[in-house]
Amino acid sequence: MYNEKVMDHFNNPRNVGELENPDGVGKVGNPVCGDIMKIFIRVENNIIKDIKFKTFGCGAAIATSSVLTEMAKNKTLQEALKINNKMVADALGGLPGNKMHCSNLAANALHEAIRDYMQKRKVC
Amino acid sequence: MRPEVVDVMNDYLINNWGNPSSVHSVGRRAKKGLDEARELVASLLGSPPENIIFTSGGTEADNLAVKGAAYAQKNKGNHIITTSIEHHAVLDACKQLENEGFEVTYLPVSNDGIISVEDLLEAITSDTILISVMHVNNEVGTIQPIEEIGKIAREKGITFHTDAVQSVGKIPVNVEELQVDLLSASAHKIYGPKGVGCLYVRKGTKITPLIQGGGQERKRRPGTENMPGLVGFGKAAKLALEELKAEMERLTKLREKLIEGILSSIDEVSLNGHRTLRIPGAVNISIKYIEGESILLGLDAKGIYASSGSACTSGTLDPSHVLLAMGVPYEIAHGSVRMTLGRDNTEEDVEYVLEVLPQIVKRLRSMSPLSREKSERAYSSKEHYQHV
Repeated sequence: MYNEKVMDHFNNPRNVGELENPDGVGKVGNPVCGDIMKIFIRVENNIIKDIKFKTFGCGAAIATSSVLTEMAKNKTLQEALKINNKMVADALGGLPGNKMHCSNLAANALHEAIRDYMQKRKVC
Repeated sequence: MRPEVVDVMNDYLINNWGNPSSVHSVGRRAKKGLDEARELVASLLGSPPENIIFTSGGTEADNLAVKGAAYAQKNKGNHIITTSIEHHAVLDACKQLENEGFEVTYLPVSNDGIISVEDLLEAITSDTILISVMHVNNEVGTIQPIEEIGKIAREKGITFHTDAVQSVGKIPVNVEELQVDLLSASAHKIYGPKGVGCLYVRKGTKITPLIQGGGQERKRRPGTENMPGLVGFGKAAKLALEELKAEMERLTKLREKLIEGILSSIDEVSLNGHRTLRIPGAVNISIKYIEGESILLGLDAKGIYASSGSACTSGTLDPSHVLLAMGVPYEIAHGSVRMTLGRDNTEEDVEYVLEVLPQIVKRLRSMSPLSREKSERAYSSKEHYQHV
């Protein structure tokens, strides 16, 4: 069902956990579908210096969250906003068809986290 | 499959290749094998051999029972009663009949997964022509009060079908005691081959065949017999009957050890289905804050093969219709795992699961955003989140 790269990210997820006092938090998910993802970012000089995730979901949900954190780390916010779900799936070498829609939400969570950061900054 | 079953099937693939409808000696030998297989399967069900119709499996048997009985009685009435937790072979056959103008009542179940006989009595109308209630649910293993329902159906003269695919060979199944008119069974659930099953049809019960052809199976299921499959089914039925009592005792002990072990070693875990009214080898649990497929992947990596009521394993968005019908909330239904103990499982296997599963749960919970937010009640099943 899953390729080796997906299984590697499922078994050895990168950047799993939470950040203390994160600059931005993004949460997406759908309890009907059974996936909820939360992304935490630390931003310095417009660059994502640290990123962590927590995910409730299937193998694909966990693997996409994991690979996304690798893709976004040390990127500028503008670069990070360009990452989309298809790029995340491609980075994993592809996902089974039925997983493309419901479990591939990590980029959305990242975008939410960046928006959260930008809104907080405006307020300050 | 059991090696004894493979041996007898091989004989019919290689040496005994005759068609039981042929008059020549090879054909007559096959006919003898067919008759024996029918007797062996009939013995397991407590039925006369002539009341057994061989099919391509449980799904076909369910379809033949439900549609066949409905079509045969459509001049008598158009109302069918079934349950919300049936296998899709029955549920979707009923949906099809609804499209064709029949009316179907889907009985609810309790949190334990059992229908209420009072609900059934209330649902019966003068138009009711068929009641179909599964003997044992395939996901949670809960046993339904088939004898009681059978008694009611017989008193009222309503055809009664039970899908016994999950009970045959696991607990005693006797068509007379259960008072059923139609009963579906499958070979591969008793260590026989896949693609073979049967429908018991009580003498006098009318069913309309779903396919037409030659005169096989008394015209109720025409088509040249799948001889290797049928003799394999017969052999598997013989072995299942011989070993039933001992295997029930052994598997019940293992199941209890597994259930007790899981409930005592993992927090916030619940057993799905009735605590005791369940077949010996069936365990279905919900583990909070984590998702079923990821648990299965974790178990698989350790050589433990389980299944799940999780949506992510079935390719649909909804988790198990059975768990939802039992009132299990969406997010908890998503974290369900089915473990089935069978004849090859030992006490060591159970101990191994009890050693490995808590570690998998711990790892997945440490990654879950729900674990720390459990007090927030942020993820009720009614809330919807952004989903692009």
